[in-house]
Amino acid sequence: MKFQTVSSPHKLGQTSVSRVMLKVLAALIPGTAVATAFFGWGVISNIVLAVGFALAAEAAMLLMTQRPVLRSLCDLSAVVTAWLLALALPAYSPFWLIAVGIIFAIVFAKQLYGGLGYNPFNPAMVGYVVLLISFPVYMTQWPEPTLGQPPLSIAETLQWVFGQRSDSTLDALTGATALDYSKIQLGQGATLNQIQSHAAFGHLGATAWEWIAVAYALGGVALIFLRVMPWHAPVAMLATLFGLASVFQLFDASQFHGGIFHSLSGGVMLGAFFIVTDPVSGCTSNRGRLYFGAGVGALVFIIRTWGGYPDGVAFAVLLMNMAAPMIDYYTKTPVFGTQTKGGERG
Amino acid sequence: MFSDLLVSYGLILLGTILVNNFVLVQFLGLCPFMGVSKKLETATGMALATAFVLTLASAASWVVENSILQPLDLVYLRTPAFILIIAVLVQFTEMFMHKKAPLLYNVLGIFLPLITTNCAVLGVALLNVQKDHSFMQALVYGFGAAVGFCLVLVLFAAMRERLEAAEVPAAFKGAPIAMITAGLMSLAFMGFSGLISH
Repeated sequence: MKFQTVSSPHKLGQTSVSRVMLKVLAALIPGTAVATAFFGWGVISNIVLAVGFALAAEAAMLLMTQRPVLRSLCDLSAVVTAWLLALALPAYSPFWLIAVGIIFAIVFAKQLYGGLGYNPFNPAMVGYVVLLISFPVYMTQWPEPTLGQPPLSIAETLQWVFGQRSDSTLDALTGATALDYSKIQLGQGATLNQIQSHAAFGHLGATAWEWIAVAYALGGVALIFLRVMPWHAPVAMLATLFGLASVFQLFDASQFHGGIFHSLSGGVMLGAFFIVTDPVSGCTSNRGRLYFGAGVGALVFIIRTWGGYPDGVAFAVLLMNMAAPMIDYYTKTPVFGTQTKGGERG
Repeated sequence: MFSDLLVSYGLILLGTILVNNFVLVQFLGLCPFMGVSKKLETATGMALATAFVLTLASAASWVVENSILQPLDLVYLRTPAFILIIAVLVQFTEMFMHKKAPLLYNVLGIFLPLITTNCAVLGVALLNVQKDHSFMQALVYGFGAAVGFCLVLVLFAAMRERLEAAEVPAAFKGAPIAMITAGLMSLAFMGFSGLISH
């Protein structure tokens, strides 16, 4: 007689890459919806084009490196990368801009390193930084937020994205974001009181951006409560940014924005909940994640306040990606049973 | 007065470590950056050895430039003179390491004498002359360049150790993917541009 013995684990979890990615995409929907309400069809066109290019680039690379194409496409990681990059780009970006960004994100930052799980840098942020350095003019043309009335119809959006951008419409459509505006004005010696009456400043942060940020944060907090990702990195990043900004505001309120403005403007919330939490390019231990997040928060504040770029989230993430292996090296979880100096179990 | 001086030294340090990092922004000293970054331990040893030579060479070349070459009107001998100083310093470091850290000496091998030809070392000495630095400024400039070099070399080595496990496509294994990584690191360092207005 033969007894079947089954070894543990007996209860299998429901986690797979595609399920996690689906949850992340679902958590992005509130933010995407609010962004669409403020900026119109340009947000959707960005996402559709980016996802299309990303799937094509991923498939091409998988074919060339002779890996299973369908299985990797179905894990949805390329879709998440493309979606994040599309949300970070100004709405109504021309198609070639999106294509260049996606090629750098998917081909250079991800597939050349061996695909999902090996990329040392966050692919979406690599794509964003390449575009920011190569095409700074296109990367700062954000449309003026108009709630509920899209500035361009669908047909106009397509025309705009695939070619004819007339400069007169461009001037009418776009305006400086609060971060751009305050960087330029503070650089010319203005004080915050003088510039905060500008239309780009809202109640808490920047007009429209504050609500988009809140929507991203809602999605992100839901992900943390569903235990899709740990809380350490986003909390450390936001706390560091908020703390530094508050200290400097106490020091000189006419030159430094407060913590709430910093947290609710630019790409901070998107970065905190969807970029810094990247399990591949970040740190592996919880202590490491705290250092990683704190580093990103501090670098964002430094680059925004004293650097040449109005928003530093993408650079801060790449710089900390660089440091992540080193942080991991120093925050290794001790092997069970290791004796520390004090004689305690590590 | 004293605090102004400190601030100016601080700015030189910040500038050489981050904003104008010798490796990632000015692209000097790439050979050891690529050559000895495969293992974290050797990279740390190399970084410290180069840092020592860089700082001393920066100060020594300033002294030679300002007390020998310029008074005697021999500035056309600047390049060979600086290379001679660097070579002497490297020889000294090599002898010291041979005695004190023979294992590291063997591991570093040919790369140790090659510090002589590290363009960052000569670059710092020549930039000191070009920028008309004072002795203290030259010392701080050399030290900042050394710290910046150490920082990126050690970070790069840690990244490359992790890359060893990655399933990099055959054509990109080894040096090519290291080059791409270095390029992406340089991209990240562009974020520091404008941090200090000159």
